[in-house]
Amino acid sequence: MQRFSGFGLIGQALGYQEKWHRMWRNPSPKSAYDVVIVGGGGHGLATAYYLANNFGVKKVAVLEKGFIGGGNTGRNTTIVRSNYLWDAAAKLYEHALQLWEGLSQELNYNVMFSQRGVLNLGHTLQDMRDIQRRVSANYLNGIDGEVLSTEEVQAKVPMMDCSSSRRYPVLGASWQPRAGVARHDAVAWGFARGADSLGVDIIQDCEVIGFEISSGKITGVNTRQFGTIGAERVGCVTAGNSGVLASYAGLQLPIESHPLQALVSEPIKPILDTVVMSNQVHGYVSQSDKGDLVIGAGIDSYNGYGQRGSFPTIEHTIEAIVELFPSFSRIPMNRQWGGIVDVCPDACPIISKTAIENLYFNCGWGTGGFKATPGSGHVFASSLAAKDMDPIAAPFSIDRFYTGALIDEHGAAGVAH
Amino acid sequence: MAIEQHNRIPGGRSVDYGMEISFTFNGQKIIGYKGDTIASALLANGIKVVGRSFKYGRPRGVMTAGVLEPNAIFQLDSGANTIPNVRGTTQEIYEGMKCTSTNGWPSLKFDFMGIFGKLLGPLMSSGFYYKTFMFPSKAWRLYEFFIRKAAGLGISPRKPDPDIYDKLNHHVDILVVGAGPAGLSAALAASTSGARVMLIDEQAEIGGSLLNIPIGQTPKLDAWLASTKQIMRSSAKLQIFNRTTVIACHDHNFLVAHERCSDHLGPASTKNLVRQRLHRIRAGHVILATGAHDRPLVYSNNDLPGCFQSTAIETYISCYGVVPGKDLVLATNNDRAYRSAIAWHKTGRQVKAVVDSRINPSGSLVQQAKTLGIKLIFGAAVYEARGKGKVDSALIGKLQDGSSLEIKPLCELPCDTIATSGGSSPVIHLACHTGLRPKWNEDILGFIASNDSSSMSIIGAANGDALLNKALIEGQEAGISIAREQGFLFTDGSPPSLPVLEVNDEEPIMPLFLVPNLQRPARAQKQFVDFQLDVTAASIHQAVLEGFESIEHVKRYTALGFGTDQGKLGNINGMAIAAQEMGRPISDVGTTVFRPNYTPVSFGSIAGRGCDDLFEPIRYTALHSRHLQQGALFEDVGQWKRPWYYPKATESMSQSLSRECISVRKKVGILDASTLGKIDIQGPDAREFLNRIYTNSWSRLPIGRCKYGLMCTEDGMLFDDGVTACLGDNHFIMTTTTGGAARVLDWLENWLQTEWSDLRVFCNSVTDYWATIAISGPFSRQLLSEITDIELDGRDFSFMDWRQGSVAGVPARIFRISFTGELSYEINVQADYATVVWDALMERGAKYDICPYGTEAMHILRAEKGFIIAGQDTDGSISPIDLGLDWAVAKHKPFSFLGERGMQRADCLGTERKQLVGLKTHDPEIVLKEGSQIVFDSKQEKPMHMVGHVTSSYFSPILERSIALAVVEGGHHRMGEKVYVAFAEEEMHLAEISSSIFYDPEGKRQDV
Repeated sequence: MQRFSGFGLIGQALGYQEKWHRMWRNPSPKSAYDVVIVGGGGHGLATAYYLANNFGVKKVAVLEKGFIGGGNTGRNTTIVRSNYLWDAAAKLYEHALQLWEGLSQELNYNVMFSQRGVLNLGHTLQDMRDIQRRVSANYLNGIDGEVLSTEEVQAKVPMMDCSSSRRYPVLGASWQPRAGVARHDAVAWGFARGADSLGVDIIQDCEVIGFEISSGKITGVNTRQFGTIGAERVGCVTAGNSGVLASYAGLQLPIESHPLQALVSEPIKPILDTVVMSNQVHGYVSQSDKGDLVIGAGIDSYNGYGQRGSFPTIEHTIEAIVELFPSFSRIPMNRQWGGIVDVCPDACPIISKTAIENLYFNCGWGTGGFKATPGSGHVFASSLAAKDMDPIAAPFSIDRFYTGALIDEHGAAGVAH
Repeated sequence: MAIEQHNRIPGGRSVDYGMEISFTFNGQKIIGYKGDTIASALLANGIKVVGRSFKYGRPRGVMTAGVLEPNAIFQLDSGANTIPNVRGTTQEIYEGMKCTSTNGWPSLKFDFMGIFGKLLGPLMSSGFYYKTFMFPSKAWRLYEFFIRKAAGLGISPRKPDPDIYDKLNHHVDILVVGAGPAGLSAALAASTSGARVMLIDEQAEIGGSLLNIPIGQTPKLDAWLASTKQIMRSSAKLQIFNRTTVIACHDHNFLVAHERCSDHLGPASTKNLVRQRLHRIRAGHVILATGAHDRPLVYSNNDLPGCFQSTAIETYISCYGVVPGKDLVLATNNDRAYRSAIAWHKTGRQVKAVVDSRINPSGSLVQQAKTLGIKLIFGAAVYEARGKGKVDSALIGKLQDGSSLEIKPLCELPCDTIATSGGSSPVIHLACHTGLRPKWNEDILGFIASNDSSSMSIIGAANGDALLNKALIEGQEAGISIAREQGFLFTDGSPPSLPVLEVNDEEPIMPLFLVPNLQRPARAQKQFVDFQLDVTAASIHQAVLEGFESIEHVKRYTALGFGTDQGKLGNINGMAIAAQEMGRPISDVGTTVFRPNYTPVSFGSIAGRGCDDLFEPIRYTALHSRHLQQGALFEDVGQWKRPWYYPKATESMSQSLSRECISVRKKVGILDASTLGKIDIQGPDAREFLNRIYTNSWSRLPIGRCKYGLMCTEDGMLFDDGVTACLGDNHFIMTTTTGGAARVLDWLENWLQTEWSDLRVFCNSVTDYWATIAISGPFSRQLLSEITDIELDGRDFSFMDWRQGSVAGVPARIFRISFTGELSYEINVQADYATVVWDALMERGAKYDICPYGTEAMHILRAEKGFIIAGQDTDGSISPIDLGLDWAVAKHKPFSFLGERGMQRADCLGTERKQLVGLKTHDPEIVLKEGSQIVFDSKQEKPMHMVGHVTSSYFSPILERSIALAVVEGGHHRMGEKVYVAFAEEEMHLAEISSSIFYDPEGKRQDV
């Protein structure tokens, strides 16, 4: 792997940028692999990277039906935080956050993880009770966080109207300083480059259209472009399309796929330094390094696989942003887009074995999967390598829908994030 | 002092030469004419440099005359009225406008970033930021600080927007987007059919590309345009919106258009005008006549001020009477671009040469140029512009073997303007917003949206056919046939005839996107593809070299198309360059995804009036005026304003709460309970429906009785609760929590409509219809008896009964239910009469010291009794069993109820689940903070084992100590055990688990 550094850039500049290497190869698939990962998004690529790097499983392929990082990895609003309420979720997301903290150096790829903090606003007395509860739980779980007063919120976000005259005044907020944002594409590319350099085959334009299963055990996957590829273990990490994949194995998942939209303004000079999220007025916003205000909408309530949503959802979201930031009204909105989110009944993911031996699923991340990317990849890789679920992943077994041991994070995920 | 308009000539179609307008540009006074854009006025005055580029800080000039503009991006005006990132090519000037360049520090002429960019430019190759700034690891925020400062265009306003934004909804039979030749012709034809037609165009006046034809050059067209305007103006069936852009096309022909009502007049609020209006349009059929965008060629230093897109030249000359330079070199690969050279020549200024990449073109326009004596160079191209801060000359080279791969220097022509055309790209954005992927068309060298939809048509240049006479005919035919398909039969008229025009012979376009330089892109002078983000041919090559092969990857890695023009100017060139570098056909590489907005629009216009007081309309109860009189403070509950507590002049909150609570316990209190959701449920299957929705049984509830019910989701967890009364055999009234009212009605309808459509049940929200006044306390019966005809004796009207009668002369339903544990009556009257009843109760109650109490006292009173509040004491993970409400879960119902199966799952039956209990602090003065977490062992290491949390916590005035409700693991069998309560990093408090019923555990007080 060509190591990246400032000196490298100087060298390349002297050499007219003509000596750059490919970031990842474009291999033809081998006939069989130890582990096949279906889905070349951030989670799938991270899984492959950790399999090869941390768990010594080298014969790994990632099969991607389009281009890597082209699904929700490349469409989300890039928020990373770990201030989840329930122990199992807090452990998982905190595990991810700790991996984020060294990720650029580990991958030798600047994923621009920027710990500019996340505010979750409270607008009603019940919001404040929930915030106090969550921050207290975070504290005892060893996760950073504070409850801020209205004045403290105002000091952090001068442009927000925190006056009591608003429709839903800001009564306070939870504040996680270690939270922040990252550059989404770079995460996919960084993991891809890292995995590729360890021998993982990343195969783009390769769509899985079925599984080879014999006597309850997986033996390979069928692809549209390359026929059957053998696999001892298969991990499916296909977000919004997980239900479709599961159906190929005759499985049903407790997942609904919905459109989720996001939008950006035109770039402006720095005006907002942190991430601001609000459940009550239903919107969240941060400013990217390029200067765009990055704004997330709530999910569209209907089901669908179209990567676009409805205009009223956009209208409500922008109303919320202008309600919070009346001065943003004159900023032009540049572009909106949509993805498909896979939502579980308890707003927590499924990281699990299935009824088919050696077939694993990692899905149901709903609106908040990006923040978990390295953690999800790491625990999934650990589970695939050991053929047994990692302790952090274990509570997220699909069995919880049978036993009732749900991890209900609706409070934490009431709005998309 | 203003500079003269030395580039202005007579004949501009769009400007009013009689009306001078003055404005400032970077502090300098500029004179233009009414109708000028900022760009046309600046060009008229010979101003070349209007901005600096994003990455390299290179000086930039106006390049285009429309929405594609990447460089002329300005900050307008100041204070609350300031607008960032205004496109100078579309914004009209107005008197007193203050316009400043977006980048350039300390000044546009001397830009620090320009020097920085020159020195460090070579280091800023594609994706350089992914490859550095990694060490030391903590320093990223510092690097980022400077990166953020350098990025971004304009400045956000700091004050609230003073302007008003409107919305309008429309239903039309036919929507025509674009008022160029095809669109005008289509709208004109369709509007004579009887159909409701709407025509929308982004420009200040209709005409589209017709306006690019100098006035007087084709008298037949001028006449047709004039008569079309006339007819359209008088048509009752046709609505025209100018200065309006269709920004999005959603599924089922739902389109969004953005009208700039007064942006051309200056700050709207000072003139009491609406600034912008959003039109939400549902169209029976959409005709896209959105035209095509001229595509420049890519060559070295093509960003020097003085480099133009070819059609921009036509527009400035014909529309604005502005010739943006003295001598022009035009480079083209097609016939149509000759029009700009011909127009330039006719202004009397010099065309140095037309450089055509084709070997021996001989179309009519080529012939015309030749006849005019314009120098033509064939088989050649401009491969580099030369100049310092502006164009001084063009380097022209011979294309080898007629291909676009190699060039040999031919000559250098001094000039101050270079215009180029590489063909035109149909504007297919709207057709692609709903997921359609466009197809490459080799004949026109552009992407076309082959649309199979029967409710959308694409005509004219937008569909690849840019010949004027063809567009007119195609438009008319489309207008007629689509109107007929929609059922309109032209009974009252027929389409007016079209002008007969001479047909230009055109020869095929030659594929040319990136003009080869003598060196490869990485070594040649920069060849810009996306100007705003400084994306060059070299950066695209580098992306391909590094393995970015999907066009989406190329886009994301290089930032191609990320600018405010969203790639309108550069994307097709970028895709072609990437395709060529990968050795794949463009058709194979494809486009990135087209997404709304077609052009950016203010957030304000999308929010419309849905902010401030109308963000979510505030709901007031019928008794709001009485609460104000009593000095209430209010709490937001759902959308409602509810009285929180009623402090007397000098009282603190706790003093007020104490007074309110004690009044209820000892005398009588009065509460406005109108906000509780009320759903009227009727139908032969209403009882069965309740059996399924609620966990308990409703089969035997007689008329005149009420019952408390729990509602669970499928997973068996509590979702809402409330009292439902039987009004008749087929008629019930359900109450819900205040915040849950809408959610519960949705829930009921969801089940009725999707799963149980066989049930004959109808649900109606009657929350606002009824006002509910609760009187509670030992004197409530005496008080009520004074003003009602209903027999209140406990034997006739017992606990959980309801009766109909009159109260204070008003027909009323009285429910004998209690949320305080005291003897209580909830009086429901039609909301209009609420104040009469309230006033009567207050007047008669004076002798009992009646006391209005708010939500906070209500919360304390109910907590003393251990009554839960769904959503506060529960959170979606608590089952009725966890709450100790097993008695409200039916064991034997004929039909399973919602949640039954869920709560039977192993984990839901465990004895160590978090269960509702009371908590008494060791120190009775300490009121625990709600949300505090509970642990058994205060000494353990983090992460600690949390066993529950405090859901409700108050100081109880009647018990004179603090009380709390909490959920604790296995709490039901841990009575009397000690726990520690932790709030964030504060010191832990010791508390004892107790029953959740703190007061009157036998429930005697409510049942007297």
